[in-house]
Amino acid sequence: MKIHIPTPLRPYADKQPVVEVQGMTVAQGLEQLLARHPELRRHLYAEDGRLRAFVNLYLNDEDIRYLDREGTAVKDGDTLSIVPSIAGGAGRR
Amino acid sequence: MLEMRRTEWEELRRHGEETYPHESCGVLLGRLDDGTRRVSSVVRCGNTRDDSPHNRYHIDPRDLIRIERQGRERGEDIVGFYHSHPDHPAHWSPTDLEEAHWPGCSYVITAVARGRADLTRSFVLEGDEGSKRFHDEEIELS
Repeated sequence: MKIHIPTPLRPYADKQPVVEVQGMTVAQGLEQLLARHPELRRHLYAEDGRLRAFVNLYLNDEDIRYLDREGTAVKDGDTLSIVPSIAGGAGRR
Repeated sequence: MLEMRRTEWEELRRHGEETYPHESCGVLLGRLDDGTRRVSSVVRCGNTRDDSPHNRYHIDPRDLIRIERQGRERGEDIVGFYHSHPDHPAHWSPTDLEEAHWPGCSYVITAVARGRADLTRSFVLEGDEGSKRFHDEEIELS
């Protein structure tokens, strides 16, 4: 599986835009990514160990929240995109 | 610093006028070169905040994935984003900072007053989640 790293996180992944990992699930792929680039962990996960709310993970074009989340099965040729959210506006929450 | 052609600058300002009184939003593709973000294209996105489009914006992550893919094919990266503030100053709001998660990228804001684009300013996001802040940056037009 290929993991696409967004521009703000590349400094913590040896500047690579794409990292190739092995694994049967999204979680296993992410663990390999973090084993290779441990600095990424604090940018992706909060202190309680949960994925930060603004970090979207898309397997190909599907949000993993609507699949089996980190347990989603992956196969060769799949692409996992890490996409921090883009939002804001003049108004208050 | 943020560098862009005048035609791109006009394009993102026009987008804000077209969507008025709703916020417009989009992506800036280009290259990061020695701390300068050089924009080569401006890509319009839809605002998914149907519940409050006059003062909030959100870009569908699937749009970002598609735009990032297009950029990659041309050797370009996402270097920033833009949105409009209808009848509100061209300055980042507390919501803009709270919901900004792309450090190192430019966030361009255009004030649109009564349907006409007014001031356009850019702010670069610095720091990480615990220490993030916006810093004014110059827009150089060519």
